[in-house]
Amino acid sequence: MALDQSFVGRAYPPTAPYEVGREKIREFAEAVGDTNPAYTDPEAAKALGHSDVIAPPTFVFAITFKAAGQVIEDPQLGLDYSRVVHGDQKFTYKRPVRAGDRLSVTSTIEAVKSMAGNDILDIRGDVHDESGEHVVTAWTKLVARAAEEA
Amino acid sequence: MAAKISYADVEVGTELPAQSFPVTRATLVRYAGASGDFNPIHWNEKFATEVGLPNVIAHGMFTMAEAIRVVTDWVGDPAAVVEYGVRFTKPVIVPNDDKGALIEVSAKVAVLLEDNRVRVDLTAMSAGQKVLGMSRAVVQLA
Repeated sequence: MALDQSFVGRAYPPTAPYEVGREKIREFAEAVGDTNPAYTDPEAAKALGHSDVIAPPTFVFAITFKAAGQVIEDPQLGLDYSRVVHGDQKFTYKRPVRAGDRLSVTSTIEAVKSMAGNDILDIRGDVHDESGEHVVTAWTKLVARAAEEA
Repeated sequence: MAAKISYADVEVGTELPAQSFPVTRATLVRYAGASGDFNPIHWNEKFATEVGLPNVIAHGMFTMAEAIRVVTDWVGDPAAVVEYGVRFTKPVIVPNDDKGALIEVSAKVAVLLEDNRVRVDLTAMSAGQKVLGMSRAVVQLA
């Protein structure tokens, strides 16, 4: 069933802050096998001009995608999540995410389309720190594949 | 921000050192835990095949995380990446053996931008298939 176009532009309330921990960044860097010391060694991060260890570029997706859950699980929108695949992903960074950040995400539905029976949903997640400064924006395109003929 | 590559030293077509990233079932379990994405298509073969996939597939975000390492290893400071986007075109299929799959990533400077920035275009292949499309990063050089 095609999604309701009137949801375009809808913004959801900002999420409760996610506190970025050094050890969570380390765990993520190890999981992707990335040994860049800026992720694990505060002194190496400082040598690059950062106040603490920074997170790999895609780390923030765990935070924005959780926030997008508000959209995905919105019963009024009625997305069939069991048929959803991740289409596109993009980030623009104002500054890197770093340990100690308390990040809040505001999710907005940017586009709702229907193509060849597939529902396509573009969600923007604007990430701000505790002082309200913009850190990163994530765009996530989700595609709910058309249901097979019964 | 402290990029170790200077804008003056690159041109359109400059190739970044290519890298290959192995991925096994164990890699995916570890990434699931670190990222919080526990979708069973990334670790449960029975579930994956029941929903029509050929086998367990890697998280798209895992592939995205690996691909950008070609850029961050080149430039030194990961904060030099000011924009990064991909399209997930084909899944990385990860068999349950000791080899798993291989993600091969190459990249080159595609466009010289203002303010010492460049656009780098990435190519990510696995088992002969292009697994990322429109894979581009904007990088702040020194």
